Amino acid sequence: MEIPQDLRYTREHEWARNKGGRIVVGITDFAQDQLGDVVYVELPDVGDPVKKGESFGVVESTKAVSELFAPISGKVLEVNAPLSDAPETINEDPYEEGWMIVIEPSDPKDLEALMDAKAYQAFVDEQAH
Amino acid sequence: MPQRTPLYQNHVRAGARLVEFAGWEMPVQYEGLLAEHEAVRTRVGLFDVSHMGEVIFRGPKALEALSKVFTNDVGKIVDGQAQYGCLCRDTGGIVDDVVVYRRGAEDLLVCVNAGNRQKDFEWLASHAGGADVSNESDAWSQLALQGPLAAQLLQRLTKVNLSQLRSYRFAPGEVAGIACLVARTGYTGEDGFELFCEASKGPAVWDALLEAGKPEKIQPAGLGARDSLRLEMAYRLYGSDMDDSTTPLEAGLAWVVKLDKGDFVGRAALQRQREQGLAKKLVGFTLTDPGIPRHGYAVQQDGRKVGDVTSGTKSPSLGTSVGLAYVPTALAAEGSTFAVEIRDRAAAARVVKTPFYVRK
Repeated sequence: MEIPQDLRYTREHEWARNKGGRIVVGITDFAQDQLGDVVYVELPDVGDPVKKGESFGVVESTKAVSELFAPISGKVLEVNAPLSDAPETINEDPYEEGWMIVIEPSDPKDLEALMDAKAYQAFVDEQAH
Repeated sequence: MPQRTPLYQNHVRAGARLVEFAGWEMPVQYEGLLAEHEAVRTRVGLFDVSHMGEVIFRGPKALEALSKVFTNDVGKIVDGQAQYGCLCRDTGGIVDDVVVYRRGAEDLLVCVNAGNRQKDFEWLASHAGGADVSNESDAWSQLALQGPLAAQLLQRLTKVNLSQLRSYRFAPGEVAGIACLVARTGYTGEDGFELFCEASKGPAVWDALLEAGKPEKIQPAGLGARDSLRLEMAYRLYGSDMDDSTTPLEAGLAWVVKLDKGDFVGRAALQRQREQGLAKKLVGFTLTDPGIPRHGYAVQQDGRKVGDVTSGTKSPSLGTSVGLAYVPTALAAEGSTFAVEIRDRAAAARVVKTPFYVRK
């Protein structure tokens, strides 16, 4: 199970990466493994507002529907459009090619409230038992 | 506590992800649903279906008694032949859909759905009509070996001449030295076999097939792939696509309802329904908008709910989103269009011919 040190994490298994003040968001290796083969993804449009803890989209595996929750509040700057034709990218490379949206945060401090890698690892370990 | 099949340890060893299904702790996947689905379509997959139940009718009255609770004409099949059909209530509602294996006129095995084991046994026992009806569900392991390479693999492990064993025929015989019923049946749309053996021998048959199947790259397959494979064929799933409140005519199973074979439980109600016409019908559809239909989503027309999606998935073989839904008869013809409500959005759908997938 891969949990990169430099990312922040939510309890719903999204990750957030600070890229020069903009926040890239995706789902974790644990999340994609639990979901199984991802076959469909529904993402917001550029310019849409997102609110911390609220749904910004949906990811579906062949068996299950799973909502995506925004780790922070802000505005959608970019959407990973190629995912709609290649949702399996989320399984193959959840932390890089499988990114979902880029958010312009309304409050940059939001990010610090999320779990760091160590805390997320402990959270996942707890869930597995 | 969910029940476990005799193959539970085999699944754990194979790295399965286990989930609860119909009261059973079952493998949902091993490698991944898509890989397992493809293995069955192109090579061979192995499923543990020991959660299915077996109810046996024995004695001089066996055939007559079973015929009185079964919608298909079981009198038409011969020893060593199997037949699909429904058990119905007086209302015509479906108790279960089952496969009957005629071992003899006085020995018929009814293979029932896992979640209906007890319900079916009680239903059948209460309609025993002088036959000896026993629930042998715990006495059997059942494996499904499915895919275009299933026969060549299985032939290396059995003396049963598989080239002479046609679809929906079965024969007793040894597989890897273990006594089995070898049936050319399945729930995937591929050629393949279902193997019934003594419960405790299931793990040995499983291991022997996985070992012998290495040249064919045999793949253990879970309930996830079982569901996507059956749905591509538009095979109905009890509990999702039909239940006690739907009739075989509504479920599109008129082909297993033989109203002129003589009386059976539910016949009068089904006859009446056929004469009066159906209010709703199960149809196959594809989505023409993005999205994946799921069990329980609403079917809409002009913004109004008119039906229900009962099964849906993104077809791994076709790449399109397919599903089954109950719709008003007026919307049931091929080419009819309606909407499926997906998270407050109306996704366009069209009724298509089934099966969705046709074997090459």
